[in-house]
Amino acid sequence: MRFYEFEAKQLLAKSRIPLVQSEVANTAEEAEKIASTIGGPVILKAQAIAPGLAAASTREVSDPGAAKAAATELLGIDDGGRKPRGILVEARPTGEAVYSLSFTYDGTAKRPVVAAANMAGKIDDLADEHPDRIVRRHFSALFPFSDYIAKELAKSLSLGGNDLKRMTRIVSGLARLFLKYDLADLDITSIVKLGDGNFVVLDVEADLEIEARHRQRPMLDELGFSKDDLRQVREPTEFELEGARIDAEDPRGIISPIAEFDGNIGLVIGAGGGSLTLTDAVRKHGGRPANYAAIGGNPSVDKARRLTKLVLTKPGVDKIAVMSNVVSNTRADLVARGVIKGITELGFEPADKILIFRVPGAWEADAAKILEKYGVEYCDRTVSISEAARRAVEKVG
Amino acid sequence: MAMFIRVDVDNSVIEKTSGLAQKLVEVCPVKIFKPGSAPNTVEVVEENVDECTLCDLCMQATEGVKVVKLYE
Amino acid sequence: MAVIVHEDFQFIVQGITGREALNFTRECLQYGSKIIGGVTPGKGGREVYGVPVYDTVREITDKERVDGTIITVPLAFAPDAAYEAIDAGIKEIIIITEGIPRKDASAIVEYADLHGARLIGPNCLGIIVPDVCRFGSLGGPAVDCRKAFKPGVVGVMSRSGGMTTEICNALTLSGLGVSTAISIGGDPVIGSTYADLIPLFEADEDTKAVVVYSEPGGTAEAELARWTKENDSRLPIVAFVAGRFMDEMPGMSFGHAGTVVNKKVDSPADKMRRMREAGISVAEEIGDIPGLVRERIGN
Ligand code: SF4
Repeated sequence: MRFYEFEAKQLLAKSRIPLVQSEVANTAEEAEKIASTIGGPVILKAQAIAPGLAAASTREVSDPGAAKAAATELLGIDDGGRKPRGILVEARPTGEAVYSLSFTYDGTAKRPVVAAANMAGKIDDLADEHPDRIVRRHFSALFPFSDYIAKELAKSLSLGGNDLKRMTRIVSGLARLFLKYDLADLDITSIVKLGDGNFVVLDVEADLEIEARHRQRPMLDELGFSKDDLRQVREPTEFELEGARIDAEDPRGIISPIAEFDGNIGLVIGAGGGSLTLTDAVRKHGGRPANYAAIGGNPSVDKARRLTKLVLTKPGVDKIAVMSNVVSNTRADLVARGVIKGITELGFEPADKILIFRVPGAWEADAAKILEKYGVEYCDRTVSISEAARRAVEKVG
Repeated sequence: MAMFIRVDVDNSVIEKTSGLAQKLVEVCPVKIFKPGSAPNTVEVVEENVDECTLCDLCMQATEGVKVVKLYE
Repeated sequence: MAVIVHEDFQFIVQGITGREALNFTRECLQYGSKIIGGVTPGKGGREVYGVPVYDTVREITDKERVDGTIITVPLAFAPDAAYEAIDAGIKEIIIITEGIPRKDASAIVEYADLHGARLIGPNCLGIIVPDVCRFGSLGGPAVDCRKAFKPGVVGVMSRSGGMTTEICNALTLSGLGVSTAISIGGDPVIGSTYADLIPLFEADEDTKAVVVYSEPGGTAEAELARWTKENDSRLPIVAFVAGRFMDEMPGMSFGHAGTVVNKKVDSPADKMRRMREAGISVAEEIGDIPGLVRERIGN
């Protein structure tokens, strides 16, 4: 879950990380006013979270007079179906040296890691071209962060004297904040050393671990996150919100993620890797999925029933394909019960609405009996995922 | 309401063993039994019946419960 | 021979009275696995399917050898359950629970490392050595499980539990069979990665080739490619990469929590390139996997 930069900076300010002067404007007029208060060159940043907007969402202006026009333009950009959440107007300090930092989890070492570079930019992007300018240190998520790790990192950036001490404070503060707020990624893409020798943080990108959103509720409340704001890259549709509600209301099994596409094949598909493989397979055979609705973790009959109804009532969907990998903990019979119940409750015949039912594995004998009773053909494990997808695409026409 | 499963309870068997009714309430992973109005009896929670996982724990506990698959 | 588990492997189940745990406990017992106890706080003294239930792990480890544990407790209790198992001296730990934040997963791995314990998962289904031992919930009821997993020559590692069974089913149908299959978990931080586990397959004389299932997100494939280049492995590797459609949808997460394309290394295209360069065969479809394995092992 991506934070807007102004929110990320509120977190940093709470941890007393030195920041440039900045304020959020909600209108172009406000932007102009803030710019003149700051004085001198300012940078305007549209508060947006969709990927690929970095260049489009930032303008640098040399005097406050130009701020209004730039802000008007920035407020009009499309942030994945949303409007920008205001404009962050910031002072543009100049300084002699520039650094960047990145905190993330290293899946290979299985530990949090901090990387630093003696140049501005996102460390991930710098890593290919300038591997020699990047230094790294792992740290622990089990033990409290110890300052010497930050000191060693600063040392390996060749910092000394006051620079070393100041950078150590910043890195330590950020590492503790990273752990405390369950961040998944924290990128400080530029830190500038001012004329007086102090460092200030200019640009920040931060992501919250989505699985930690419940325990981080107090922090999210403080920042004004609403409960259902998951900060997806694009604004969720009504279909997606309803899917999320169905998922949240019953802890048995998981429907996630659920996404709306504009195709015509309704999909009720096994979760995790099966859903990825099946979506690839449907597309490979020329099919156009109407949605992505991955159901797994052994969903209850009721969850499968509600999901079936949601997908089948989506405009443009006439039939659904119920497919999965060979299941282990999810039970084919419970999925069959839920799907048939959902279709029947809508007043349809299951045989008319199910393009294919390919859910082999756990309790498949019972699933086959249930389907047989309702006149639906059951595909067993000898029908491959690719073949099942092909048949579904062919049937829908 | 249930389309796939029927759970038959014979309370005259269940009330003979003390604590059995309570055990049924606890043992079912999908809350199909709730305490009945008379002591030592259970009632079937109709809206949960189609969730039955066929785990057999109720039938292992007593002969007074029968779980029937309506699809075979 | 087998990887991690063996015929006498005895384990416990933490959270044994939950809906999912009941399912797979019964299935493992039917399959012949040795489950010697279960733990659910407050339910000590009961029994499920003949397995005694305790309030604490130590009540079991105090009197018997416990080789492993399967943790399926609710999310909020999972780290605690793992620490309890590690402190009780259990060395092989599987966490099935989904949705554990990466900070907690990382802390559990570090604690396990400090105590010489191995973690598989979280968000995985565990391990199976066909007809020898099933340690987890791969394959469903014993009858269904036996259809998908027949003993054979191919080791399988998969970031998806479901696809572990799908791939093993394809290998079994083709007659190649499975030596050991491990569902390693789909989260961004997991206890054991492909590169951590492949030396075990390397040492297992039953394994003649390895199949890995991978998906967008993370560095595990790059790490496997590096391992393959650096170690003169005797094992041919065949990989399948799912979620190719996600290359068109940056920043959106599908499948597992770790499945997202944010960085270059996350993308299926990048993973396939790296693995091919390391000499790993990349299958276009699940159905192509057995043929590629046969080609590589000359059979
Ligand atoms: S079989 Fe299991 S799920 Fe079904 S009613 Fe009995 S205890 Fe409940």
